Amino acid sequence: MGTKLRKKASKAMADATLTGALGNFSEAYMISRAKAYEGIDFEALRTSIATIKGNAAQHFEELAEQFKKNAEAKGAKVFRANSPHEVRKYILDLVKEKGVKRIVKSKSMASEEIHLNHALEAAGVHVKEMDLGEWIIQLAGHKPSHMVLPAIHMTRQQVSDLFSKEVNERLTTDIPKLVKTARKQLRKHYFEADAGITGANIAIAEGGTIVLVTNEGNSRLVTTLPKIHIAIVGLEKLVPRFQDAVPILQALPRSATSQLLTSYVSMISGPTPNTDGSMKELHIILMDNQRTAMARDPKFREALQCIRCAACLNVCPVYRLIGGHVFGYVYTGGIGTILTSWFNEMKNAEDIQGLCITCGRCREVCAGKINIPELILEIRRRLVKKQGMPFIQKSALSVVNNRRLFHAMLRAGYLAQMPFVKEGFIRHLPLFFSSLSEFRSLPAVAKTAFHVKFKKIKQQKCAEKVAFFTGCAIDFVYPEIGEAVIKVLNKAGLEVVVPEDQTCCGTPSRGFGAYDMAADCAVRNIQALLNDDIPYVVVACASCASALKQEFVHMLETEKRPEWIEKAKALAAKTYDFSSLVKKLVDEKRLVLNPAKVSKLITYHDSCHAKRILGVYKEPRELISKAGHKFVETYESDVCCGMGGSYTIKQPEISSRVLKRKLKNIEDTKADIICMECPGCIMQIKGGLDKTGSKIRVKHTAEILAENLE
Amino acid sequence: MIKENQPMIDLFKTKAEAVSAEVHRFPGKTEALSFILDFLKKEDISKPNGSTAVWADCPFLKKIQLSEKIPGLRFDVTRETASAAKIGISQMEWAIADTGTLVQDATAFEQRLVSSLPEIHIALIASNKIVPDLATALSRISPGNAGYLTFITGPSRTADIERVLTIGVHGPERLIIVFVDQLEE
Repeated sequence: MGTKLRKKASKAMADATLTGALGNFSEAYMISRAKAYEGIDFEALRTSIATIKGNAAQHFEELAEQFKKNAEAKGAKVFRANSPHEVRKYILDLVKEKGVKRIVKSKSMASEEIHLNHALEAAGVHVKEMDLGEWIIQLAGHKPSHMVLPAIHMTRQQVSDLFSKEVNERLTTDIPKLVKTARKQLRKHYFEADAGITGANIAIAEGGTIVLVTNEGNSRLVTTLPKIHIAIVGLEKLVPRFQDAVPILQALPRSATSQLLTSYVSMISGPTPNTDGSMKELHIILMDNQRTAMARDPKFREALQCIRCAACLNVCPVYRLIGGHVFGYVYTGGIGTILTSWFNEMKNAEDIQGLCITCGRCREVCAGKINIPELILEIRRRLVKKQGMPFIQKSALSVVNNRRLFHAMLRAGYLAQMPFVKEGFIRHLPLFFSSLSEFRSLPAVAKTAFHVKFKKIKQQKCAEKVAFFTGCAIDFVYPEIGEAVIKVLNKAGLEVVVPEDQTCCGTPSRGFGAYDMAADCAVRNIQALLNDDIPYVVVACASCASALKQEFVHMLETEKRPEWIEKAKALAAKTYDFSSLVKKLVDEKRLVLNPAKVSKLITYHDSCHAKRILGVYKEPRELISKAGHKFVETYESDVCCGMGGSYTIKQPEISSRVLKRKLKNIEDTKADIICMECPGCIMQIKGGLDKTGSKIRVKHTAEILAENLE
Repeated sequence: MIKENQPMIDLFKTKAEAVSAEVHRFPGKTEALSFILDFLKKEDISKPNGSTAVWADCPFLKKIQLSEKIPGLRFDVTRETASAAKIGISQMEWAIADTGTLVQDATAFEQRLVSSLPEIHIALIASNKIVPDLATALSRISPGNAGYLTFITGPSRTADIERVLTIGVHGPERLIIVFVDQLEE
């Protein structure tokens, strides 16, 4: 990440007003969104949107022509534009030809995308944004920081200052009064304007119809009072039929503003009479600007399913810390990063893509069923492919991906760390690590790696075997988790083997965009783990488990190594995360969990990979309760802890802020122990709790279950 | 017919009231009209030099003699009259139960002006014109035939300043919905 962006992020996070507003919003949003979706099958709804928009994206040409034909038959003028320049030119020419001096605008992200206001003002046209939020940022000279709530970064005080200046009168910060002022102040502009500009939320080909979804009512006036209406419509708004608008109109208000439907929806099919009896001039600009190219891209076509509800921003743990002026360009947040990389220049997205922690929370709420983090990783992958990787990064990954070399280096590191180790934590790190240690202690590398210790562990011989994929963290940092895993599984009648040739799961390489290196890891692990005599592979790290269960296949497909794909699928089929395997063994009555002698109050942190990739979250809770412990939920238990693999190294400040919220939520439970199943999360949360002097202990679920097996 | 619609009207009322609309229901035009006239009086429309109201042409007005003299009530809807009016009255064509939404072919600008410029919008709707949901509404309407199809769900609102829900930005701050069971005689 560039220094400039880092500074911007730092400044945003220091702005208590901004982070407070966004933080409160993100919390309130989850509740109101859930209420708005009551009785709705969200999965079915978004699948239908994804299908409709996905299919439409593959037929842009036909749909655009059908739309044009139908709209023109009704008297509209439809112009198809490829570039932002063509859109601006069409509008500027029109404005000149018709002698347009004043324009009123309803909120349009498409117009923001092409920086239209700037071009119009440069041509001497007076442009007034009529959406309250857009007007506020127009007065402030800002870009929108959110796709639905463009002025969410501003306070009532700031708005009051702006309005006071505008009306030449000192106003209070009373919000209803400020809104009244805007109503009064803006009203006359509708009557004076020569033309109105809007976007469109949906464009229906069969009717040549544009659909406007709004709440304030400005779009109805913008499209009614001026004699010319210009609508700028991205090609991705096209759908074939009226009925296709239904699921979009069900999801957009619910996801965007937690409403069942917005106050106003307008469907405009051709021009209508003006108030003076003349016919309105309706110009509809169908804008491509890379959308057709995107539709041809096998990966990024998915992003055209976006309905611009901004749910992905509202749930993003990073967005709520830094806002859209840092995390985004015109379009903001995760989806904004993806759209920016196509609609604007890649260089605008290059820096901001690094802000995504790939926790996947956005993927769960996306109404267009877009795998946003995956597409951000795809941007990374393409950047690495095009520009290569910095030498140090590549060298570091080469070490991590070579288990023996990694071990050797860690041993050297272990020796170097010796003076700083105290009770398993490094209290004072060497200077070059200091920026990482400020908010969290780092664990020491274990004296003896798990794979070395393993050889001395005595197990009862069993008929059935399970291969244990340890992952780097359990092997080198938390061997005690590995020991607990063996204890539990062996008790259930499984003999644990640790195949020696296993290596890194490839997640760090993937995170850096080095898919080729990740695919190499996949191949080496398949060779090491796939064995006909061993029916199960167990993984006690949620990130590694996700790699084995899903990413190996994905990496090998992306890197075009088809000869390995069937094997990767076979490995995935027999791979279990620890909790799922233990739950299975308990259900099959092969393992009995005795109630603990001393019952503890235990809470749980859902690792991103466990909850959202593996779908595992009920299992550990059930097992902990079965083991006789009292269970208490942590607020936002499935929000990322801020580790995100290498994210914590790349974005230490954001990582620490994300962790801070997590720690507070954990403290609030007053639990004795917090459990989780990803050593990365353990590193982050344990380090954070240690740094704050908390009494709450951090354990892997395996450690809890191993305690009372006798 | 009306009896069968009862659950839908109840649902409509719940949903519309949840978004700050006011919902009333009357058996016939006479009762509905007397409610409207009372309302206009309360809002000073009947006083000379008081506030004004605009009523856009609609089936409800057929065969109606507005015998009482209401100085502020006008039927000529223009930019000027609608902009000056405190109240706008129009008749909607469909009601959607599960979202509390009213639907209208607003191709005629008068229909849009009365429902967007005044502070209060009174929306008349025949009780038998209620449908369960948006999909049904769109299948009944032939939406492509209307130049300008309007869907209204509650009054104008914003949350653009500190996400505080505020009613009445550019459009009406009150939406008063009047169901009439026997609207077409």
